[in-house]
Amino acid sequence: MPIFDDELKNLREIVLKMGCMVENAIRDSVKALVERDSALAKEVIRRDHLINAIDVKIDEECVRLIALRQPKARDLRLITTTMKITTDLERMGDMAVNIAERAIELNEEPQLKPFVNIPKMAEAAQSMVRDSLDAFVTGCSRLPYEVIKRDDEVDQLTVRNFEELLSLMIQDPKIIPLAIKRTYIAKYLERIADHATNIAEMIIYMCRGKMIRHTEISEDLP
Amino acid sequence: MVENKNIFEIRDFSIYYGEFLAVKNIKLDIRASRITAIIGPSGCGKSTLLRSLNRMNDLIISSRVEGTALFQGVDIYHKDADVIELRRRVGMVFQKPNPFPSSVYENVAYGPKIRGIKKKNQLDEIIENALVRADLWKEVKDKLNESGLSLSGGQMQRLCIARSLAQEPEVLLFDEPTSALDPISTANIENLLQELQKTVTIIIVTHNMQQAARISNFTAFMYLGELIEFADTDTIFVNPHNKLTEEYITGRFG
Repeated sequence: MPIFDDELKNLREIVLKMGCMVENAIRDSVKALVERDSALAKEVIRRDHLINAIDVKIDEECVRLIALRQPKARDLRLITTTMKITTDLERMGDMAVNIAERAIELNEEPQLKPFVNIPKMAEAAQSMVRDSLDAFVTGCSRLPYEVIKRDDEVDQLTVRNFEELLSLMIQDPKIIPLAIKRTYIAKYLERIADHATNIAEMIIYMCRGKMIRHTEISEDLP
Repeated sequence: MVENKNIFEIRDFSIYYGEFLAVKNIKLDIRASRITAIIGPSGCGKSTLLRSLNRMNDLIISSRVEGTALFQGVDIYHKDADVIELRRRVGMVFQKPNPFPSSVYENVAYGPKIRGIKKKNQLDEIIENALVRADLWKEVKDKLNESGLSLSGGQMQRLCIARSLAQEPEVLLFDEPTSALDPISTANIENLLQELQKTVTIIIVTHNMQQAARISNFTAFMYLGELIEFADTDTIFVNPHNKLTEEYITGRFG
């Protein structure tokens, strides 16, 4: 089915395009925060509707392919995986908007202290998104398993970030409003990493036909 | 009907036409009271295998089999096997509806009469029962004496199913039973098969993969005389283990 093969190729490309947009949104929202660039934050917020539009477009295309091509086996798993992972990508875009909103608020105030944990978390979360989408295109490899393991790193950074801010808040309660916003941002990044983990789990399903969600990953490592 | 019981157990089973090996060394269990679909490209041996299960292929002079095919634990190719009784217990419905050129009533009465049932009221009961089970009674009860050939394609096929059911078979073999029918008649037959499955084991050869996916519990994929993969239908259509199966069902064969 050459037409169907082309359609699936286009579908993969458009998912990658959406992935790039989300990755950029995460990067720019954190950059707007660290470099105190509110114009860039507004740009992230403004661009979110493009991610939403592509999400809808991908869903429509998936429904069309199911109706017209009656996909089976790996084709079916590709299409159902696509529908699920675009939901995760869209949510990540929303999280980037939340980061951008907090960045604008924080940029109004004097800087509490330089950002250390958050740029690290953002880098880890972005790489999780990038690698899970690479796995989506390149197929079966260890990559999605590595993405899932990297989620722990982000979780640890979230805890460390909270503990550091907590001790600052105890020392000086006046900074509480600013510190809380910083913990929010860490939470958003932690959620982004969770969505990337969902994507990696679905990629494993797409490749191997085996659902590993809500199981102990260690049992399944090849 | 006992759950998880195999009505057919096929072992090391091969079928030859002269020197040509049409079915190669197959091992296959057919679960009772379930629908098993056999799919595969033309010439893969699926109809040959199906026909061997009630020894219809005996009619092809050059054909011979090796290995064993146990039906209810008894080898159907044993020299003492009663082929007539086998064909009563394992009925068959073909691609093209083929009613006899006689009335609706006589079509269904043919088998029971041959078995020696002569009483009118007993025959009437068998025929009504078979036509009800074939979901045809309501449509033909007022024209039992009209020619079976005057019915629509879908009705003729259900008449053929009723004709088989009148023999009270344990298994019904279907060879492409809907490929000559429109989508609505096809849906009627598919619904009927799912209803019949409660009382009769069904084995169906089909080119229509969606049909296999819609109605069967188990699917066997054959290629070049070999059984490539046999599994529950969900596995075959969602996550087949064999690459050939995957290529065939996703339409990327060859």
